[in-house]
Amino acid sequence: MTIAELTPGLTLILGSLLIPLLPSRGRSFFLIALPVLGLAHLSVLSPGDHGVVSFLGQRLVTLRVDGWSMIFSWIFMIAALTSSIYSLHVRTPLQATAGMAYAGSAIGAVFAGDLMTLFLCWELTAVTSVLLVWAGSGKNAYRAGMRYLIVQIASGMLLFFGALIQLNAAGSLAFGQIGLDAPGGWLIFIAFGIKCAFPLLHTWLPDAYPEASEVGTVYLSAFTTKLAVYALARGFAGTDLLIPIGAVMAVFPIFFAVIENDLRRVLAYSLNNQLGFMVVGIGIGTEMALNGTAAHAVTHILYKSLLFMSMGAVLFRVGTVKGAVLGGLYKSMPLTTVFCVIGAASISGFPLLSGFVSKSMIMSAAGQGGYVLAWGSLVFAAACMLHPDIRVPFSAFFAKDSGKRCEEAPINMLVAMGISAILCVGIGVAPEYLYGLLPYAVAYQPYSASHVLAQLQLLMFSALVFAVLVRNRAYLPDLRSINLDVDWLWRRLGAGLMRITLIVWKSAAASVGDVLSANFNSAASLIARHRLPDGLLLRSWPTGSMSLWVMLMLFGYLLLYYVGA
Amino acid sequence: MNTSQERQVRSDQVRWLDQPENVRRIYYAIWVVCALLLAIELLIDKHVETAVEQWFGFHGFFSLLACVVLVLAAKLLRRVVSRPEDYYDDR
Repeated sequence: MTIAELTPGLTLILGSLLIPLLPSRGRSFFLIALPVLGLAHLSVLSPGDHGVVSFLGQRLVTLRVDGWSMIFSWIFMIAALTSSIYSLHVRTPLQATAGMAYAGSAIGAVFAGDLMTLFLCWELTAVTSVLLVWAGSGKNAYRAGMRYLIVQIASGMLLFFGALIQLNAAGSLAFGQIGLDAPGGWLIFIAFGIKCAFPLLHTWLPDAYPEASEVGTVYLSAFTTKLAVYALARGFAGTDLLIPIGAVMAVFPIFFAVIENDLRRVLAYSLNNQLGFMVVGIGIGTEMALNGTAAHAVTHILYKSLLFMSMGAVLFRVGTVKGAVLGGLYKSMPLTTVFCVIGAASISGFPLLSGFVSKSMIMSAAGQGGYVLAWGSLVFAAACMLHPDIRVPFSAFFAKDSGKRCEEAPINMLVAMGISAILCVGIGVAPEYLYGLLPYAVAYQPYSASHVLAQLQLLMFSALVFAVLVRNRAYLPDLRSINLDVDWLWRRLGAGLMRITLIVWKSAAASVGDVLSANFNSAASLIARHRLPDGLLLRSWPTGSMSLWVMLMLFGYLLLYYVGA
Repeated sequence: MNTSQERQVRSDQVRWLDQPENVRRIYYAIWVVCALLLAIELLIDKHVETAVEQWFGFHGFFSLLACVVLVLAAKLLRRVVSRPEDYYDDR
């Protein structure tokens, strides 16, 4: 087996194990060299199925090289590099190790040609990334990390059972187009949907990401959800249900984003909204729409990590990213301000920046395909999203002068932000290089006069509303508060119900005990009856139903832990 | 003077943005840009993907309406979901 047969994900995973062993100076060099080596590895791959291993009679493909896996692995590797540079100021090796292994498992998942390899990498992304959440400070980070881990593991379990059902029905684990009608299709769909933060399944994202360390959130923003987008595009392209799901996803997080005080949580909600655009693209399923999704995943990873980097720098220097207590930081952190503004302008979709050339592809695909409602939702989202997106740099760096003075971000953070910002501008100015990497041939011209004018009208009128309201002090003020999301149902209502159930259970158990001891003989014969041959508990049951019960039991277990976390 | 004092002095210089008349200039510039964007629409040959986009200034006015809806709805939403910062802490 040559190097070309090994998945580049493995390079990062194995390399990450060496990180804690290195002295701190060698470590910095290694942290840059490893993803650079990974980029070199990607450049020598040739299309086709490689790294085929046989496991329990199944053909597992660990390195499937084609248009889809290449574009996602390129951007994942670049994100691994920039995140790695961004983390160089951290002295302890834990975050760099976890982050590198996390990036490696995401890349491994992208190259997986079968559901078993995908599952292994899928779970590995969960257990490595939770360490980054726990690297955040305090009890909140620990609890949010627990909730995050449980949700991610639940997604993995559904994927596993879905894959087994596929194997049972079709005799193959190959990972191609699945569709909802396939055996196990729904289980796999929901598994992907959890990781993609579908509406109502989304709360782990704004819950956990803002609690991670300044470095952790940068890593997290790049991989997990985009891996889910990739998996959906592979398995469920053209599934109509994804269009309404994506449209809702693109719209509802905006309302939460504009009222949120924690600026990294604002970014988490806006991440959710951007995923909505990609999901609509997958649902439409034409080559143009799928290209748009792939392109948007690339540009999104760049500007979203840039935004999280700039807020991470603020957190690192000032100790908080609460909009209500920040302001005027451009005086202390001018470079970080410039990078943050480039990121915010990119995500908003200003022409000549990266968001414009990818977002408009999906919107055009929706418009041309006659998906009027979805198109309207995306236009609404594109117009409104400007508000939370400019509110991040506005509240942190401008608004009123909070009187806070600090140093500019460390040099490694500035370099990482600089690389991301250059890529945002570069892709916006010369999109043909990105288009050349997309899975299908591109016949799309983003820079027509109509497109540019339409987009500028959307953005500038949105900015006008923002400016008029801010000037007249009628805009939503930054409040020191949190906002409830649907996770209130299990974090508060569920926990409350569980406490009541426990109290009832204890008193019921006590009274049952009284009754039993009073009627011991009849109780004993009742128990014995079920354990005799042909009794309920000794009857022979098919093993298939057993595995179903095990799954349900594990689920219940996870659920209880989640509520308790 | 050590570096932190220098930083303090540098940060406390009066900046261009500190002057209210400059903020006012930016504010009116946004109005002017919006007006120009409508004016340009008269000059270019529009190629659109949906019928509604044929209407004059569709994207501008749609955006205006959408953002007003957004802010009003968000104010209502805040009444329902806003809680003190330590809401989940007391367990």
